[in-house]
Amino acid sequence: MRAVAAGSVEAVAVIDLVDEPLDLESRAWLADLRATGAAHDAAVARLHALLLRAARFETARRRPTLPHLRGDELDDIALEAADDALVSVLRRLDDFRGASRFTTWAYKFALLEAAVKLRKRAWQAREVPLEPESWQLFAGGTAPDEAAARSELVSAVRIAVATELTPHQHRVLVALALNGVPIDVLADRLGTTRGALYKTLHDARRRLRAALAESGLDLEEMG
Amino acid sequence: MKDDKKLHALLGPAGPEVGCDDCFELLDRYVEAELAGGDADALLPGVRAHLAGCPACREEHESLRALVAESF
Ligand SMILES: [Zn+2]
Repeated sequence: MRAVAAGSVEAVAVIDLVDEPLDLESRAWLADLRATGAAHDAAVARLHALLLRAARFETARRRPTLPHLRGDELDDIALEAADDALVSVLRRLDDFRGASRFTTWAYKFALLEAAVKLRKRAWQAREVPLEPESWQLFAGGTAPDEAAARSELVSAVRIAVATELTPHQHRVLVALALNGVPIDVLADRLGTTRGALYKTLHDARRRLRAALAESGLDLEEMG
Repeated sequence: MKDDKKLHALLGPAGPEVGCDDCFELLDRYVEAELAGGDADALLPGVRAHLAGCPACREEHESLRALVAESF
């Protein structure tokens, strides 16, 4: 069976929805999680331990970027992420089609939960900048001749950003692409989802690229 | 090369890409294809471009790849 992925930004992903033959370990996971009684409880406990390991992997990876967080705070975040991921995995068990190992599939839920929580924690109590305060970054950081070669493109981009976008596209593009606001943090503040915000970002980028192409600028190397 | 980074962040990837939800759906398969040495981009078109355009999904991809690589 083949199907075009629903909700693609563009319909590019033609996904094989073939149910792969499950490897033995994945099959055992599913059987135990679908069992009842003690076998089920033991499998859920093992799954939680697995998810906690993944969540701690993520908090450990990000620790250097979060110097203000204490070790026990990071551990609390990892535990919360594992708890939330457990709920997601159990709820979506029937969606697992054996396209990967069960553990790989389960890990991604824990990593996502941990990453989102850490991004939000890092931006807690921080104002989310929606105005292009970082344009000045274009002024420095490159050698003079590079800067000159880029200046035409940069000023065209600047004009396109100012004139081609809807107010919502402008706000989202500036926050995400210029000011480095994490997409989950912005989604939270604007009461929307990552997927919806990315769609807005994508539409804004298409609009900019179209405008730049119309004014004859070569974007090939910006691939 | 801050300018190039900013320009890339503003303009995004040139080619077609999947959205964040589809990227998450496909990520486990994509990572295993990469680790197995397969052509993940040909198998699941649009994921690599999305990872180039979306810092959050890119971070999650890097983490999943690193975690799974430990036992692959
Ligand atoms: Zn994404």
